[in-house]
This record gives sequence, structure tokens and C-alpha cells, in this order.
Amino acid sequence: MFRFNSKIPVLLLLVPVALLPQQPRYGFGQPATAEQIRSADITVQPDGRGLPPGRGTAVAGEVVFRSRCVVCHNERGAGRPGEYPALVGGIGTLATSKPKKTVGSYWPYATTVWDHINRAMPFNTPHILPPNDVYAVTAYILFLNGIVQQNQELNEKTLPAIVMPNRNGFVMDSRPDIKAKR
Amino acid sequence: MKKTGSSRRRFLAAGAGAAALTSCGKTATSPSTGAAGAANMRPYGERSAFEKPVRALRELSASPGTGSSRTPLQDLFPGMITPSSLHFERHHAGVPTIDPAAHSLLVHGLVERPVVFSLEDIRRFPAVSRICFLECGGNNIGDQRGESTPNAQQSHGLVSGSEWTGVPMSVLLNEVGVRPEAKWMIAEGADNCRLARSIPIEKVMQDALLVYGQNGEALRPEQGYPLRLILPGFEGNMNVKWLHRLNFLDQPAMSSKETAYYTELRKDGKAEMFSFVMEARSVITRPSGGHKLPPGGGFHEITGLAWSGRGRIRQVEVSVDGGAHWQNATLQEPVLSQALTAFRLPWRWGGEEAIIQSRCTDETGYLQPTREELVAVRGLNSGYHYNAIKPWKVQANGEVVSVPIQL
Repeated sequence: MFRFNSKIPVLLLLVPVALLPQQPRYGFGQPATAEQIRSADITVQPDGRGLPPGRGTAVAGEVVFRSRCVVCHNERGAGRPGEYPALVGGIGTLATSKPKKTVGSYWPYATTVWDHINRAMPFNTPHILPPNDVYAVTAYILFLNGIVQQNQELNEKTLPAIVMPNRNGFVMDSRPDIKAKR
Repeated sequence: MKKTGSSRRRFLAAGAGAAALTSCGKTATSPSTGAAGAANMRPYGERSAFEKPVRALRELSASPGTGSSRTPLQDLFPGMITPSSLHFERHHAGVPTIDPAAHSLLVHGLVERPVVFSLEDIRRFPAVSRICFLECGGNNIGDQRGESTPNAQQSHGLVSGSEWTGVPMSVLLNEVGVRPEAKWMIAEGADNCRLARSIPIEKVMQDALLVYGQNGEALRPEQGYPLRLILPGFEGNMNVKWLHRLNFLDQPAMSSKETAYYTELRKDGKAEMFSFVMEARSVITRPSGGHKLPPGGGFHEITGLAWSGRGRIRQVEVSVDGGAHWQNATLQEPVLSQALTAFRLPWRWGGEEAIIQSRCTDETGYLQPTREELVAVRGLNSGYHYNAIKPWKVQANGEVVSVPIQL
């Protein structure tokens, strides 16, 4: 899915990493334990790998949103122009002269919404929401965008199955795309 | 601090951008008779109290600590190194305070040997240094939006250059035994937003650096102290600061910073993603917006910077007549790959209004486009990666101003 544009030695592309000659190791560092990895690894992948068990609905999410998110993102995720991004709306505007990029109109994966809330929100006190709250707030934002039903449960299985409106809205880097004339 | 309209965006310390060629005010006209007195020595140096250039701070949201600061390019002598104190910044969740003794790097995922490295461990590996530029993917986004940025700091100040010191990532990959099915490395910072980006394994193997040094000393906190990633030529956001975790996967994570942000909307409503390389661009930094030349004409050296994420700058051309004619500028040697390259051209200004601009060509033959050429292909909503030619107008009264952009 990724075409590399930069100049890489051609050899490097043709030789699988595992076939490169093994250099001696230095042996620095400590082996990471399974528990260390489990507690540190918050990466959520677009196919759902990395999502912890949990569940939530838009109904529960609205309660969390009102206490944790509304101060910045405003009622029903309307945002505050110039300060905090809108989370809702803009579907169908991307090819116009005034595109409105929101979770609903632009973000290609629902897993990204979960991952972003989990790693970065609420902005001033991140990492305080338990997984159920993250599922619930994700459900509420998707509900506001008309993507899920109000009582639809999101969990580690159903969240990655959601097809976002702009799922097919991205293409790979096409540069160099401009042939300037001298 | 001033308010702009109803927004609470703050533009701090932007006054430095107005520093002019003749701004020193007093100009010596008689021979020096020597100085009186002597100051004490200082354990950690500072510049002369007479020198005033500063970064321009801009808060991008009402949340403290996020935002950017821009390098005062028009006040500096162009070269491949930016003073660490004036290096541009872009933070997404503030600058964390990290005790290096408590910091570690976890490397895991598709590797034979998951490892936790202390800073001490990392500094024991054989090191290399690399001089290269670092540039925000959104540099010059103001002109992209048609704002006609008033000076080089506001237009191009989200680029800086440093000598970075650290461990080649290829050494680390060998150490942990990365598996053949690992195609992407997810780099994560320890800042409040745990900023994460997916990096193709080819780039990691090729020239990625695990960096702890900047211009001969430890990284500045704003540059990721005590550990960051440097990916020469790739957009700044991917050069993850305050690095604390590397996770090897068979696919990209599709984090918010590589989908919702740092993607470029095209005319057809599709968006380009994984647009990593910073393409070639250049800008005249002297004379440039905010400078004032003595009216009536005279000799001036035109100077500026050029750089390309694809390799070396091969050529910089300068026009002093609105693009009708172009002359080759002299490049400052040595010209390094993916590094800021200073250029100079002697100019005898006739005292009349003049449009001056530069364009560069890199070693792949890529020529920096005009705004018209860029917009014709990408439209007006692309945002990031705007690398068009930037003209300045030298007015007959000597004032240098931005050229209004026609939308």
C-alpha cells in the first residue's frame, strides 16, 4: 500500500530484512517482560488489534462527553471556531471550496477515534478514561454524525467493523506531482 | 499579547519580525576608542545583550503549551545550523519535563527480542552525527491559504537545521532482531497526547536516527529531551520527540496524526496520505519582508536558504524582476544532502520597485514551482507541503513587503 518516493539504495528494497548479514549484537538493555509490554502498548490498529475489552453506547457516552469534553468541543461536538475543532458535520463538503474536516466527514477509521481519545483526551487530563468510557464517547461522537444508532453497543469487535463515511477518501502520496517549467 | 478578532489565538513576540536592516538605529561614524569595563564570565553562555532576534510564538488553541514557535530567518545569517535557542517548535500537547534517569525506550512488536533501553544503554551504542534540516509539514501554510505572510519568520519559520547526534536505527533493529514481516515502525512520544506516527521500515533502515544530541549538547526540552527520532527529509511531525516506545507492525496504525492531520485534500475531495518527504523549496531571507533598504538604490547581497528532503540542492536561481529573468546564486559549500543550504547573489539595486524571489532545483532535477503551478495541480485546500516560490516586493522607499496573493 505504500510506494516509497525517496531515493533508497535499490539493493535495500530487494533484500528482505532477515537476509541482511547479521551484525554482532551489543547486548545493552533489559529484556522487556510481557507485563511491561502489555501495560505500555496502547497502539490500536485499523483492524481492531490492540483494542482492549470493553463496551459503550452513545447514551452512556453523552454523560461522559458532558462532564469531560463539552468544555472545549461544545454542545453536541459543534466545536469552537478558531479554538477547538468541530467533531460533527461536514459530510459532503470535502470537494467544495469550504471543506469541513471532522470525525464524521474526514476520519477514515473508527479505531482512530478510539485511539485518539484514549491517548490524548481530555486534553488537560488525558489517560483518565477507562476503556468503557472511551467506547462510550466514541459511540456518542459517531452517533452525532449519524454513523451509529443511539443504543448501538460498541466494543472491541463491533468498533473496527464500522465503515466511516470517508473510508475510501484517501490515496497514497502522488508527489512529485508538479512539473514546474523553467 | 493581542487579540485577533474574536479568536483567542495569541501572537507573542512577533515584533522581532519587524527588525530592519537599518534597525540598529545608531551607526558608528568615528573610530572605536575601545570599551570601558569588563563583564564577569558566565558558566553557560548567552548572546550579547545588544542582539534581539527571538522566535515568534503562536498558540494554536486555547489550551496552554500547544502551538508553534517560528525561527526568525530574516534576522539570522543563513547557514545549515540554526542556534538551538531559536530552533522552531511545534507541540501538540505541551513540553513534558522528563528526568533522563527515569526515561526509557521500549522496543517491541514484530521483533525477536523485545527490549527496554535506558538512556545510558542508548548512549553506549556507537554514535553518528548528521546535519540536516527539520521542517514542519505545515511550513508556509499561511501563503497556501492566501494570507501573504509578512516576513520570512511567518512564512518559512517552521524550518531549522541542526547537527543531530545519536544511534543509527539500523543498529537498534539488529539489536532487537526485527522480523521480516515488520513493515512499519510506530514511534510514540511521552508527551501528554502520546503522539504516534507510523514510519515505513525502509526509511527506518535507511537513515533514521535515535537522537540525544543537538548541536553538540543534549537535546533541548522543546526538541524532545532526552530522546527523539530524526528522519532526514521527512515532515517534522514524524520525527517524534520525547520518544519512549517503538512498536513494529505489519501495517500502519492509522493514527490521528497520519489520517485526520498531515494529509492533503485535493480538488476532487480525496486526500493524499503518507506524504512524508519535504519537497525542495527556497526563500530569500535578506532583504525580505520587514526589512528597509536605504532609499535610492545601491549594493545589496541577496541571501537566503534552500533545502530538499530528496537530497542535495543543485541550483538556486534568483530573479529581481518579477520572474522575467533568473540568475544563478552562489551556494555555500559544503552542500549537504537534506540540509539547509545558504545561497547568495550580489545585487545592485537601482532604487525602483522590484519583485525579488528565488527558486531551487534539487539533485533529482525537481524544480520548485510557482504558486500558480502548484495550485493548478493541488487546488486551494491542500494545506500542508506548500513549497511554492515566495516573492518579496522592494518598494521605491526601500521597504520590503509581502506580495499580495490572488486567490
